[in-house]
Amino acid sequence: MKGSFKEEVMKYRALIGLIIFSIIISLLTDRFMTVSNILNVLRQTSINAIIAGGMTYVILTSGIDLSVGSVFAFTGAIGAYLIASDTNVFLTILIVLFLGLLIGGFNGVVISKGKVQPFIATLATMTLARGATLVFTQGKPISTGASENAEAFAKIGSGYLFSIPIPIYIMVIVFALAYYILKHTRLGRYIYALGGNEEATSLSGINVSKVKILVYMFSGVLAALAGLILTSRLSSAQPTAGSGYELDAIAAVVLGGTSLSGGYGNVLSTIIGALIIGILNNSLNLMNVSSYYQLMIKGLVILIAVLLDRKH
Amino acid sequence: MNQAVFEMKAISKDFPGVKALDHVDFRILRGKVMALLGENGAGKSTLMKILTGVYQKTSGELFYNQEKVEFQGTRASQEKGIAIIHQELNLVPELSVAENIFLGREPINRYGKLEWKKMWENAGVLLDQLGMHFSPKTLVSKLSIGHQQMVEITKALSLNAEIIIMDEPTDALTTKETENLFRIIHQLRNEGKSIVYITHRLEEVAEICDYATILRDGKLIGEYDVKEINQDKIIEFMVGRKLTEQYPRVDCEIGRKVLSVNNLSNKYIKNISFDVFEGEIIGIAGLMGSMRTELAKTIYGFYPKEEGRIFINEEEVKINSPELAIKNGIAYVSEDRKANGLILSLSVKENMSISSLKTFKCFLSKIDKKKEEQVAHQYVDQMSIATPSIHQLVKNLSGGNQQKVSISKCLMTAPKILILDEPTRGVDVGAKKEIYHLINTFKQKGMCIIMISSEIPEIMGMSDRILVMHEGEISGVIHHSEATQHAIMRYAVGLKEENK
Repeated sequence: MKGSFKEEVMKYRALIGLIIFSIIISLLTDRFMTVSNILNVLRQTSINAIIAGGMTYVILTSGIDLSVGSVFAFTGAIGAYLIASDTNVFLTILIVLFLGLLIGGFNGVVISKGKVQPFIATLATMTLARGATLVFTQGKPISTGASENAEAFAKIGSGYLFSIPIPIYIMVIVFALAYYILKHTRLGRYIYALGGNEEATSLSGINVSKVKILVYMFSGVLAALAGLILTSRLSSAQPTAGSGYELDAIAAVVLGGTSLSGGYGNVLSTIIGALIIGILNNSLNLMNVSSYYQLMIKGLVILIAVLLDRKH
Repeated sequence: MNQAVFEMKAISKDFPGVKALDHVDFRILRGKVMALLGENGAGKSTLMKILTGVYQKTSGELFYNQEKVEFQGTRASQEKGIAIIHQELNLVPELSVAENIFLGREPINRYGKLEWKKMWENAGVLLDQLGMHFSPKTLVSKLSIGHQQMVEITKALSLNAEIIIMDEPTDALTTKETENLFRIIHQLRNEGKSIVYITHRLEEVAEICDYATILRDGKLIGEYDVKEINQDKIIEFMVGRKLTEQYPRVDCEIGRKVLSVNNLSNKYIKNISFDVFEGEIIGIAGLMGSMRTELAKTIYGFYPKEEGRIFINEEEVKINSPELAIKNGIAYVSEDRKANGLILSLSVKENMSISSLKTFKCFLSKIDKKKEEQVAHQYVDQMSIATPSIHQLVKNLSGGNQQKVSISKCLMTAPKILILDEPTRGVDVGAKKEIYHLINTFKQKGMCIIMISSEIPEIMGMSDRILVMHEGEISGVIHHSEATQHAIMRYAVGLKEENK
């Protein structure tokens, strides 16, 4: 009886951590537990969470994707440019997502066919895509302009539906889909298998390269989606946008309890990991902690959480 | 004259469920070369691991120069002058010869700076003693395997090794390198060093060894002067294992030809050709390094083929991945469940269905979990797998049950040809029997079975025909009615003609 209780606690440890953390924050500041602030946190978290969703897939296969921040910036800039040059919003979305898919696929091919370590391959893509962004934007922000088209585009990031921000819907849909694939499809099973033991998976007759390529494509397309949301919200794309986002995404995955060595973890706990980071940022702002200290506190929280998790 | 530099008395070593060594008395004579001989699993490596302090004995005593010693680790044995040269050399390829020789013992001056000159000089002197003419500054990765081995020997000598163990040193060497190694072994022997030479190549025994120690099933068979013993006698001592276990061989009507392998070659195997018929078990015997597993994995599409063709039901098939092998009705049960047979982080059910998930597909490419679980239950019952649930992680199962999961996985792909690589390795006696019965039911259903095994009695007891491999080639084919352990071992060590 006691054992099974412990198991249940272990299973939901990320969620329990999140709840305890939220209670502490709401005791420290009464501005935290308000509907508008919670929606605000969720909206702010959505970008990191969406990127982290793709990162979870990659990490489950015992890979890593460092390129997401740069892909985020590059696709965002392309999106802003397309809108500014009066391209249809729907078409823009398709082009941007396709671009993310393409860059992710490129990562996947280099890693699986070129047998390059994921860290190195995506580090190269990260630098490449960042460079491409700077070349494309000439180092200056690209505004989406003030056309009707741009206004329609701006809805993605700053619109509301039933007084809930649209990015929250997008996040929920992404995670529902990611959960479904992981839990109920062959691809999901293969992702866990690949992270558990690549050679055994390959010997079981699974096309391991295909799985890897799909996983990096998923990560790429979600980075592009996140890039779209921010560009839409700001109505402009910054050439340096998304710097360090890969690390926030990895932190969210790890805080959720997914193993960096692959094979263990799930995508729902990643959303919790992302929320912990989001709440931390939000509450430190509410408590007027200087942004310099914020980074240090964030680093400490990640370190403590991972150390606690290591024991199990 | 025959003075023992090292003695092991009544050494036993128990592993869970297995007695690896059983009261072995063993001695190493000063200034002599010993051939340590035995089949796979006879206990040679376990004995050497106890000698070098890697394993701790369960009982028995060790004596170095008549003085009782205990080795708690490899360091302790090194200090007594025992060095082992593994088949897989233990050198850092990116470092120079001198750096490898003195790794961890680099000469330094008082300020902690490396004394390169001294290191090169000392290494040079050692290499000269062995008649080696390459520079100590050469990177190890630039040397041939033969020369790398010499670096290992040099390193052993620099550690003042008195006893040098060599584990199948000539396996990767050319004829010329082998000659050179033998010259060095003679030289070391004349200098009073003792050599333990582990080999499967019996012709080498007469050439360079003085005496032979033979193990079988964890027991010492005896110590013989090589002048008084010939190769056939050695084989007889190596194999004389009693056929105590009853193998439930069944005779089936042999059907039509299903698999035909023609002149298959790649970097591991040479010119392999054989056929397998419906309802037939082909046993593949051979010693370590005979490339049996490599042959299996080549047929299975895991290793690329360089030459040769494979036919299934008289039709040529191109198999260059396990995925295609499974599509063509070939399944492979790996020899090493933990390393590459199973995915330990997944459950029993998930491991079973991983190769055949396509058959459980329903709407929106969702896995039909009901059907999947139903089939998993069916296999758990049919194979009598002892597991609390199909959702149990496979790493929590015993070896025999893991093996059954591994076999279930293959059966779920409905194979025509089943390759079993060491199907009973590391499983207990009861589970072994069950696995044999399962194999026979597959056979009766008309499946073609290729069974690789290091246990000769198992191969003899189960197979209809036996292929024996030696260094990547088929050295003999024996029908089960004519199979004797002696005949199999002769082929396995590469002897072709009868010499009495």
